[in-house]
Amino acid sequence: MGTIWFCLVALMITAYVLLDGFDLGAGAIHLLVAKTDDERRQVLASVGPVWDGNEVWLLASGGTLYFAFPALYASGFSGFYLPLMIVLWLLILRGTSIEFRNHLHSAVWEPVWDFLFCASSLLLAVFFGAALANVVRGVPLDSTGYFFEPLWTNFAVGEEPGILDWYTIMVGILALLALIMHGALWVQLKTSGPVSQRSAGLARRIWWAVAAVTAIVTAVTFKIQPQIKANLTSWPWGVIFPLLAVAGLAGVQFEILKRDEHKAFLASSAYLAGMLTSVVFGLYPNVLPARNPVYSLTVTTAKAADYGLKIGLIWWLFGITLAIGYFVFVYRNFAGKVSVDKDAHTHG
Amino acid sequence: MEQALTVHRLHFAFTVTFHYIFPQLTMGLALLIVYLKTKFLRTGDEHFNRSAKFWARIFGINFAVGVVTGIPMEFQFGTNWAAFSKAAGGVIGQTLAMEGVFSFFLESSFLGLFLFGEKKLGRIGHWLSAFLVWLGSWLSGYFITATNAWMQYPTGYSLGAHGEIQLASFWSLVINKWCFWQYAHTMTGAVQTGCFVMSAVGAFYLLTHRHQDYGRVFVKGGILVGAIASLLQLFPTGDMQGKLISEHQPITLAAMEGLFQSQGGAPLAILGQPDVEKRKLDNPLEVPNMLSFLTYRQWSANIRGLDAFPEDQWPDMIPLLYYSYHVMVGLGTIFIAVMCLSVLLLWRGKLFDSPWMLWVIMLCVPLPFIANTAGWMTAELGRQPWLIYGLMRTVHGVSPRVGAGNAWFTLIGFTGLYAVLAILWLFLFYREIELGPDPDDTRTAAKIVAIAAD
Repeated sequence: MGTIWFCLVALMITAYVLLDGFDLGAGAIHLLVAKTDDERRQVLASVGPVWDGNEVWLLASGGTLYFAFPALYASGFSGFYLPLMIVLWLLILRGTSIEFRNHLHSAVWEPVWDFLFCASSLLLAVFFGAALANVVRGVPLDSTGYFFEPLWTNFAVGEEPGILDWYTIMVGILALLALIMHGALWVQLKTSGPVSQRSAGLARRIWWAVAAVTAIVTAVTFKIQPQIKANLTSWPWGVIFPLLAVAGLAGVQFEILKRDEHKAFLASSAYLAGMLTSVVFGLYPNVLPARNPVYSLTVTTAKAADYGLKIGLIWWLFGITLAIGYFVFVYRNFAGKVSVDKDAHTHG
Repeated sequence: MEQALTVHRLHFAFTVTFHYIFPQLTMGLALLIVYLKTKFLRTGDEHFNRSAKFWARIFGINFAVGVVTGIPMEFQFGTNWAAFSKAAGGVIGQTLAMEGVFSFFLESSFLGLFLFGEKKLGRIGHWLSAFLVWLGSWLSGYFITATNAWMQYPTGYSLGAHGEIQLASFWSLVINKWCFWQYAHTMTGAVQTGCFVMSAVGAFYLLTHRHQDYGRVFVKGGILVGAIASLLQLFPTGDMQGKLISEHQPITLAAMEGLFQSQGGAPLAILGQPDVEKRKLDNPLEVPNMLSFLTYRQWSANIRGLDAFPEDQWPDMIPLLYYSYHVMVGLGTIFIAVMCLSVLLLWRGKLFDSPWMLWVIMLCVPLPFIANTAGWMTAELGRQPWLIYGLMRTVHGVSPRVGAGNAWFTLIGFTGLYAVLAILWLFLFYREIELGPDPDDTRTAAKIVAIAAD
């Protein structure tokens, strides 16, 4: 039962990264690919109607994690207290900058929100990457099942690590690069004219950085978290996850050259999904590895009682099926390229 | 740890109080927007449709602030109340996860379609999207109330080997008898906020001689729905909520009422200041025997005062609890008077010629926000010293490793950020009111983001 929920939560987090990932990526490149007011409206229009629904995947993953692995939720959230609060503030700034920008037309209004949209998206990408890296590296859990990490200590991967050390910062940068590529491919797909062209160019160039940093991070990660290698040895079929990532990354460059905007975005999604599932596969059965492996939280030690998990499976399957239905409906209605119409009179 | 506990409590109290300003209006307006869209479907009068659009714009601003301030609430269970989450997550995590899965997906998906897709969806489709947004927001209210109701009146659980609280009956959690009345009481409260805001904006238009057709639609819709909601707030929802408290949380009842001594024929305190040291109510203004009657429908029934219970079971902030409760009840009474008098004037055809009444309606606008806040403070302060009533004390629920210094840091951060959000919300809200519901007005700033088909 614990393993099933481990997979389901991983699935939800992957959905969050694929969906909100392009919102964050679009935000991070906002100032770079869109210069005029109309161009910036195009970028915003490409995420405006969907960002909120995408963010719900984060909330729903959080809620699911909460009831399926209460001990993990308690330990992880209180241990990552400061970075999570900063993430919350950044999410507040990101959401309001998308929603408030187009209410007013003034030389002192839009630039503020454009800057905040870009800065908050950028920092969120880095923090999410660093958070994932903290889990991979392991946290200083002790016999009480709790820990507390300051934002940084001496930036070394030691016994008393901070949220930010050289490894987590490196993964944070990889997350930013990967989401910039993902977001640029989305903006290219949803917009037209100069914005689309600039995004395409950016995606093509940043691809090289993504590929290089992915290779380095992968090599380092095998050293830092030995469980990954052990899992690949015990279950060799798990190699399909890293292969998916590699195929996705290769696909991005291939489809960009072929100028297939849809497939390029899908390939980038495959890359992200491959990377995340590789990590999840590599960590199992740990849900939160400790620096001292004795204290690691695992699917068995962190899970809730079986009755609740079984009941949860019923409503979860029903609810997620509905949610996927809404998403298909919404994205179908939102298909095609956005256009900014100056004559119509409202924007919510 | 004592100091950290205070900061963590303040942290949650502040963020949840600020957050709830927005959802109460969201849930109230969602219903009123469905009302306006239904009126439009049935009469074909374009005024109703434009009114709905006008309120949808305000709804959009309000919803955005509600969403961004809501995410910290779910996170804080883990960040600030880790011991509570570890013990009870298997139970209340269920309702919180269901809120995400069943209501947030619904709400966020159809809000986008409702705000951007009127042309595409057609009349019925657009009505349906408004309806689904309403359904999503009210479902979300249900799951949150179910979570709180379980903390007030825990049922359907069993204790595991290490003291962890396990879910034993899904349906007792989801259909908790406490939840039913608490939800009904909360929703009628939210509807009143929506109604007061809508009718206040209408009164403002009428008093300033602008958009008068819309002003009448807003006032009329607001007070008709509002009158029903204000009556339901008292009876049966408030009454039944009181009965549940007298039955399951008698200490809370005594503290709310400021009743220090047990007595037959207990009076109902209207005013007065509780003096906890001297165990008495100063300067009391009381209705004799009324508390006994309201609680047991008998004038002479015996009511247990605080003296009947050990002091370590008392709520730890009796004066604040007492005032929260009295402010809620006092304002609720005023709402019934204002709404019913307005409806009476409307029925006699005199409302729109009675500027004094319109003034009253307009000036009442902050009061339902205060009443709803006071109501939640009554529920939460009344539950003290328990985090889960009878099961876990608040002091045992806090995160063991998050010290006062870190909690202050983030509390100060939230305070600053929320101050900015509040100013922006008021500014954009007022701006929409100034722009008005009429599409003929020049809205140079506004440009719609239209989505080109295929």
